[in-house]
Amino acid sequence: MSDPTLRDYASIIDQADDYVEPEILPLPLDAWHRAQGARMIEFAGYEMPIQYEGIMAEHAWTRDSAGLFDVSHMGQLVFSGEGVAHALETVLPGDIAGLGEGKMRYSLLLAQDGGILDDLMATRLPDDQPSPFSAQDVEPEAYDPLHPSPTASGSFYVVVNGATKYDDVSYLIEHLPDDVTINILEDQALLAVQGPKAVEAVARIVPGIDGLVFMTAGAFHWNDVPLWISRSGYTGEDGVEISLPAEHAVAFADALLALPEIKPIGLGARDSLRLEAGLPLYGHDLDPEITPVMADLGFALSKRRREAADFPGAERILTEREHGPATKRVGLIVEGRQPAREGAEVIDDTGATIGRLTSGGFAPTLGKPIAMAYVPLALAAPGTRIEIAQRGKVHTATVTAMPFIPHRYVRAGAK
Amino acid sequence: MSRFFTKDHEWVDVDGDIGTVGISEYAQSQLGDVVFVDVPEAGKTLSKGDEAAVVESVKAASDVYSPVSGTVTEGNAALTDDSSLVNSDAEAAGWFFKLTLSDPSELDSLMDEAAYATFVEGL
Repeated sequence: MSDPTLRDYASIIDQADDYVEPEILPLPLDAWHRAQGARMIEFAGYEMPIQYEGIMAEHAWTRDSAGLFDVSHMGQLVFSGEGVAHALETVLPGDIAGLGEGKMRYSLLLAQDGGILDDLMATRLPDDQPSPFSAQDVEPEAYDPLHPSPTASGSFYVVVNGATKYDDVSYLIEHLPDDVTINILEDQALLAVQGPKAVEAVARIVPGIDGLVFMTAGAFHWNDVPLWISRSGYTGEDGVEISLPAEHAVAFADALLALPEIKPIGLGARDSLRLEAGLPLYGHDLDPEITPVMADLGFALSKRRREAADFPGAERILTEREHGPATKRVGLIVEGRQPAREGAEVIDDTGATIGRLTSGGFAPTLGKPIAMAYVPLALAAPGTRIEIAQRGKVHTATVTAMPFIPHRYVRAGAK
Repeated sequence: MSRFFTKDHEWVDVDGDIGTVGISEYAQSQLGDVVFVDVPEAGKTLSKGDEAAVVESVKAASDVYSPVSGTVTEGNAALTDDSSLVNSDAEAAGWFFKLTLSDPSELDSLMDEAAYATFVEGL
């Protein structure tokens, strides 16, 4: 069967417009999570594990050992066709054409005004591995990040947020040329193993993954099951993300859990881990009203793209970059023990609202409440003290450089 | 001494006209790790159903409602130092506050332990 084209997906999505109440779908590991004692909640249209033994214990386990996260709700897309890298650059501000085979980059799907529609990870697939699941082995050591070999065609594997994946595809169908094919990998599960012992543990059953460095990916096998593995994640820890056919997800999850370093971890700890790591969460810290500069994600604007000013909203975004945005995402350490939550207001000395918290909770590693907020640029410098109004009480917080705890990525050259 | 429960998972032990209020074992298991508790100060007047305390887990804040009307005589100071008492001993050392009941007839509308156990089983 040939891959569906963008137009095929457009017609599928048009037909889907009649669809009123989306049903809650079970993920491939649904029964497996319940058997592990997970408490399940609805999230992004799926039933997902929020916690197993408890958020604090799961958070600590991930920081000390390795946690297994089911992120199968996320969207896995493959883009292919003539000019695909250039096409993706019309909606992403990163240097996609310059990505070498097996190299990946964090990027942002931008609306025409420069607002953020989603955040994502894009990987250039090797030329001899145009889908993550054609069964060719790829030696990750063979990639040379200093001498990438950009080609006009090729294909890209892109992971987007679960809650936005269908909107993303609709937008991409509208904005990418017909020559580009989008393949939605609906039958792939996605697992993340995160923590300081993650790579050494997984390498015992998937030899060779320790050859990957941060933000590289390659094809591997486990018992003849094809795996597409990247050394990446969203907890601030070293680790891997593993895409595999959904039909093998239970057996592979069992094999991972048989490793003594690995325990299953729920969405609750995933959220506290990414918050401590200073990583924004789409739909909370990022949304269409926010630009990359406001979000303090300037690193996602690649130098070549800034110089060419050829991405959506470039004029606005580059002006903000030069002169400073009106408001900016900052990290906060909140005094006392009571967490300040998303939606709490940053107030000035007259009580007027001047900003808002977009994430907030108790940081298990730090033992104190932390938050992310958008504040006026004048209040964005680390060390600035601000006040937060929440449920009739005023809390004091200090703007703090992020990440709140250091990242532990294993980068090229650091091994 | 008698113990009564609300559908919102508070319990109240009544000894004469003094009530001691906390949240149930079921409630603490649902909340997960408790990281902060805000208890009312002595002297505060509460009507049945008023927001009396806030219990914060890692993920979320939850209001605790007063199961009966009365005047607060004491908040549990031990929770200020160790909020995890709510997890480890929800129905004893993890109590939230004590109050003097102003209308003991309100207890008639609450569940006893057996009725609450049946209620929780049905959730």
